[in-house]
Amino acid sequence: MAGLTLASPSAERRSYSPRREMWRRYRRHKLAVVSAVLLLALVAAVVFGPFFWRVSINDIDFNATLQGPSLAHPFGTDDLGQDLLARMIYGGRISLAVGLAAMMVSVIVGTLVGALAGMSRGALGHGLMWLTDLFLSLPQLPLLLLLIYLFRDGLKAAFGPEGGIFILVVLVIGGLRWMPVARLVRAQFLSLREKEFVEAARALGASPLRQVVRHILPNAVGPVIIAGTIDVAAAIIAESTLSFLGLGFPPDTPTWGRLLFDAKDYLDISAHWALFPGAAIFIAVVAINFIGDGLRDALDARRVI
Amino acid sequence: MRQYILRRLLIAGPSLLGISLVLFTVLALAPGDPFSDLATNPNVPPEVALALRAKFGLDDPVYLRYLHWLAAMAHGDWGFSFVSRVNVDTLILQRLPTTLYVIGSSQLLALLIAIPIGVYAATRPYSLFDQIANTFAFIGFSLPTFFTGILFILIFSIKLDWLPFVYSTDISGTGLARLGEEIRQAIMPVMVLALFQAASLTRFVRSAMLDVIRLDYVTTARAKGLGQRRVIITHVMRNAMIPVVTLIALQIPAVFGGAIVTEQIFRIPGIGSLLISSILSNDTPVVMAVTFVFACLVVFFNLVADVLYGWLDPRISLR
Repeated sequence: MAGLTLASPSAERRSYSPRREMWRRYRRHKLAVVSAVLLLALVAAVVFGPFFWRVSINDIDFNATLQGPSLAHPFGTDDLGQDLLARMIYGGRISLAVGLAAMMVSVIVGTLVGALAGMSRGALGHGLMWLTDLFLSLPQLPLLLLLIYLFRDGLKAAFGPEGGIFILVVLVIGGLRWMPVARLVRAQFLSLREKEFVEAARALGASPLRQVVRHILPNAVGPVIIAGTIDVAAAIIAESTLSFLGLGFPPDTPTWGRLLFDAKDYLDISAHWALFPGAAIFIAVVAINFIGDGLRDALDARRVI
Repeated sequence: MRQYILRRLLIAGPSLLGISLVLFTVLALAPGDPFSDLATNPNVPPEVALALRAKFGLDDPVYLRYLHWLAAMAHGDWGFSFVSRVNVDTLILQRLPTTLYVIGSSQLLALLIAIPIGVYAATRPYSLFDQIANTFAFIGFSLPTFFTGILFILIFSIKLDWLPFVYSTDISGTGLARLGEEIRQAIMPVMVLALFQAASLTRFVRSAMLDVIRLDYVTTARAKGLGQRRVIITHVMRNAMIPVVTLIALQIPAVFGGAIVTEQIFRIPGIGSLLISSILSNDTPVVMAVTFVFACLVVFFNLVADVLYGWLDPRISLR
């Protein structure tokens, strides 16, 4: 066996641990590396920002309304003289948290549905796939708006204005985005469950649950990670869209989309107000998308790069 | 072929039913009902409120209410707008053409941008052109439509003062001047939607082309001595465009989402802005009807794509 490996031409390249091999592949996607650094910087700014920039988000100052960037207000001020940097740090926390939480919802639901559909051979699998196709042909944004419209008052009453909307937005965005994950997981399961190593586990008496959790799922996880990454970006866009339409978080919660919504009537006199949050959304989304692209290179072991 | 279309129609029916069921479930689960105001209104005696509830069947079991609602929708009886005091269907029919016009022209423009770029990039994979096109496509679909819209307004309306940023329905003047004005005001919304669509379409076209370009029959065509242009256009493109049709259909829900945002930014009087304004004014019948219309449009365009797919690739319709 050892002689065989030595004789093959690929033996000349040093072999690495899977983790290092992944990093080697990821590193070759230059834009993905730059994006990862950018995103880390953005997350760090949003998480640790309030410790360094101690300006309140609600300080109203009518002497400094609609000012452009200056030393006192690096990102300028809005129509009430509130500091935009402080508001963007606060809003970024919410926007990124919504993105992550909605991704978790869609990945969990998608994996569950996909795994069930992939393991069952009968009516359950067909039914679940029909449901997935049905959800895929739903008009996402109108339905999102409808759900928010119908449920926001009830949840506001139950969990407070900010918490209620957060739960609603996360559940609704995640609940409308699980379908691609479900399809991917099902496709992976259909091919993996017939592979020899799963058959071996089955022959050794592993229960279906053990087959899934210990043998199939770890091998199906790559595409799910990629889809999940892209989902974070899509969820950030969805949340910003809702806020931009004035139907997301309450007006005093300055998410990035909400800042754009407030800024759009003052475009002619203070463009900075719209440009900073817009750029923040764009940078976050484009960075996450590029990271997803880099992960695609890193996790697809069959692709030669 | 006829059998294939029939089969597709038979699939579209249940999915419409499924969507209506989802919509109704959402409505039924939602807290509060349209007559909650009546119960607290001191001017309405309780027995009148009860009679009204009975008349509209609000106390019936859920499945009866669903069937009732479905029958009314099928009859074209879509209810009455609380706010504008017009029948919902007339309201929607007034505004639907504008939406379809904006979406249609942007989709066409997107194809005109995406197909040449995608095809050219696929003939030179990993070249400089391909990499630049790929990067721009990535940036294009990471830019949300609401931000591109605002950027366009900033650049073309405020800084350069070339284009109007509010869409108006009553343009004065006649003939060519009026037509020019109508085109001018549609440029920005159509461009915003088209660029967003073109970004993802370019990637689809490129990968579909790359899938076909390495097939044996293409090598045969080259070996016969056909020119590059002829091979790409008549041999590769014809087959590569087939999966693109399906991908366009899958994008349609996203297109409608983009259209709602664009209509809101440029104040286009379409059904998207109707949806937003009726949500803001709690006009439930209009909200439900517009959502349902969007769902119908998605199902309809999926059907069109399926039929087109069967026509372009006869193997599909035989199966």
